Amino acid sequence: MHVTIPYVVGAALFGLGVYGVVRRRNAILVLMAVELMLNAVNLILVTADVSLRSALRGVPGEAWSMPNSQAGSGGVFALFVIVLAAAEVGVGLAIILQYYRMRKAVALDEVRLDADEERVDG
Amino acid sequence: MTVADLLLLALGAVAVGSGALVVTSTHLVRSGLYLVISLGALAGLYLVLGAELVAWVQILVYVGAVVVLLLFAVMLTRAPIGPSADLDRPAGPSALIGGGVGLGLAALFADAFRWIEYPAPPPGTAEVVGKQVFGTWVLPFEVLSILLLAALVGAIVLSRPDIGARPAPPAEPAETEEAPA
Repeated sequence: MHVTIPYVVGAALFGLGVYGVVRRRNAILVLMAVELMLNAVNLILVTADVSLRSALRGVPGEAWSMPNSQAGSGGVFALFVIVLAAAEVGVGLAIILQYYRMRKAVALDEVRLDADEERVDG
Repeated sequence: MTVADLLLLALGAVAVGSGALVVTSTHLVRSGLYLVISLGALAGLYLVLGAELVAWVQILVYVGAVVVLLLFAVMLTRAPIGPSADLDRPAGPSALIGGGVGLGLAALFADAFRWIEYPAPPPGTAEVVGKQVFGTWVLPFEVLSILLLAALVGAIVLSRPDIGARPAPPAEPAETEEAPA
């Protein structure tokens, strides 16, 4: 198979994720764009498992390249990234919901990081 | 062009197209549903690439849990159900940055891995992945479990109802979370 196709798909998804993170105002939509970026990285990891494993076949395993000489490390990394993304979404949504409960808005460019005094006043 | 290439092209087109709809749609809920389509197409790509366990975990965790959480958050923040106009900033600089990153990475990958035929991988069974996880990568696995526990506790602590409620008697600067008065 031609691994250029999934690599380019992963690069395009990462670009779309960056675009979404920079463009969106709603915090939940920014989280969705971050999910797109993480999935692009997952796809690139799995594809690298296909392509680089076959390229490294026959290379004697040195200490730093020992995991690469076995099959499946890219998939394991992708699993780890999926778990990390789940944890990130949990904490991120907790932050967003708490912020919404305090300010009744989730627009990111209205967040004032120095608004502590104002909150005590109001 | 083999069957695997055609599958990769089709699923990649679906993933990129629905991903573009995720970041451009003006419906919040539709954006989440397009995210489901994009992640499902990515799971199909994993299947073609021989990582079966990753594909099923992707469907289970992402499509089953993460997107549902995102849609819950959309509902809980009283987002508008219809199309809303003020979801976006102006498109110019973000299109420049995102397009630059995407096209640059795509050019880099296309230059590094040229149009070379790679052998199709053997289907990665759960046995192989289990040997990897509990053999080579057992320390990151344990660290990851600690991180999940910390994230769980952190989410619970963050979502306590008395953080931002603040009936605010101003004489009492009780700012810490341990002593909410």
